[in-house]
Amino acid sequence: MSDLNTQAVARYKNNFLKEVEERVEDGHWVKMCMQCGVCAGSCPLGPHWEHSPQKIFMMIRAGKREEVLSSDSMWMCTSCYNCIVRCPRKLPITHIMHGLANYAHRLDLAPKGQPTREIAKLFWDNLVKTGRVNELKFSLAMYFKDGFGQGVKNAMAMQGIGLGLVKAKRLNPMEIIGGHKCKDSSGIKKMVAKAREIEDRRRGLA
Amino acid sequence: MAKKQYAFYPGCSSQKGASASNFPTSMEVMCQKLDIQLNEIPDWNCCGASIGYGEGGELPRLVINARNLALAEKELPGQDMVSGCPACWLATRETAERLHEHSSLLAETNEALKEAGLNLKNTVRARHMTEVLIEDIGFEGMKAPVVKPLEGLKIAGYVGCQTNRPFGIAGESFENPLYLDKMIETVGAEAVKYEQKVTCCGGALAFSEPEKSQKQIRDIVESAYDNGANMIVTPCQLCQANVEIYQSEINKKHGTKLNMPVVYYTQLMSVAYGGSAKQAGLDGQLIRAEKLEGIANK
Repeated sequence: MSDLNTQAVARYKNNFLKEVEERVEDGHWVKMCMQCGVCAGSCPLGPHWEHSPQKIFMMIRAGKREEVLSSDSMWMCTSCYNCIVRCPRKLPITHIMHGLANYAHRLDLAPKGQPTREIAKLFWDNLVKTGRVNELKFSLAMYFKDGFGQGVKNAMAMQGIGLGLVKAKRLNPMEIIGGHKCKDSSGIKKMVAKAREIEDRRRGLA
Repeated sequence: MAKKQYAFYPGCSSQKGASASNFPTSMEVMCQKLDIQLNEIPDWNCCGASIGYGEGGELPRLVINARNLALAEKELPGQDMVSGCPACWLATRETAERLHEHSSLLAETNEALKEAGLNLKNTVRARHMTEVLIEDIGFEGMKAPVVKPLEGLKIAGYVGCQTNRPFGIAGESFENPLYLDKMIETVGAEAVKYEQKVTCCGGALAFSEPEKSQKQIRDIVESAYDNGANMIVTPCQLCQANVEIYQSEINKKHGTKLNMPVVYYTQLMSVAYGGSAKQAGLDGQLIRAEKLEGIANK
């Protein structure tokens, strides 16, 4: 268990709802869920979830901390916003799911090797480096995240598409040695670090 | 007529050599004919897209978007910010709204922005290009420059998610938005009834959950075929890429013969306004839009 997790357990004891309200983006909305299930029926990845948002909200209120934070459900969110616009009580469900995913990731309770968790980290690290996403480096990092052998296999499988994109000038092989970036990439790095520091302090994760 | 000026936020995928590089190309003829001037925000950065939350959390995500808003506010005062990419628009608009609602978040944001030498008053309105076309130009205005009506094209208008939800275009429904169909008809093509118009293509999960996303993409493309369309048109860069690029993968795995061109509305407008196939960015298609090219070359 990570230190952050041990501290959180000690601090909130059995009050997981309070923990979510204080530490998760838009978590204060969770108690407003009326269990109608519209979100569950609206999710494009519905058939693949372990728990629907509606279930997740009830589990939070029931104090099922481990089950919620280790669920793969939040990581199935495609950010389609169907659940947000259909919720009769206007709960910002997409944001709560993102917030729960981020919190579970920070406490390291999120499922290990969960592919969306992994690419979300690769994506963020990629953009913070130069201020802009380098699509080539991001794609390669994704292919090679499970080691070199698997990376070569993945890259070979996508070779046709890659060459097609290069030919259409929608992928530039030269991006590997630099590529697009912000002039003030150092300011951006400092700014992002500061934002994280402020948020961590406020959420008790510092 | 004086040109309408906007602070332009291209976004990462619209850069040269990136996955939507033909989108900005296709906007040039359109903007010229509609007297729209796009002034690129100097040194803009990534919006965090739809998976930035995983590692980025809330405040860092708001702050990177606030930097773009602050740059627009400072360098291009008085101009609305416009983005062609729904993810860029969504993230920016969400940031502006959240910082309006919560003064404590704005204070924290400015504390972080100071590290990059910036400050945000939060006066900029973040808009999507389709909003600008519909609200500032209007359908009549969009029709005026048409010299080559796209006769004979049957088009499935695929709005997708983030141009449509959670904000969407004012006055449109989330479940059956009609503006894209109207835009298709404005340039002389036929908009087919298309029930997958707001279905999710899988978004960023096309990378992490390819099987699940490709199921979505297959439904979207097959519905276009079933409804007699000869091409799909979308306002979204990620929808365009996902729905076009993965058709060959789906064919490989499932023995289907999907080969449906997927273009941007700006490419339709560019051709209808007299632009060449190259000016419309049609050389950037993986699946050639032959009928549209035919009209452009006429």
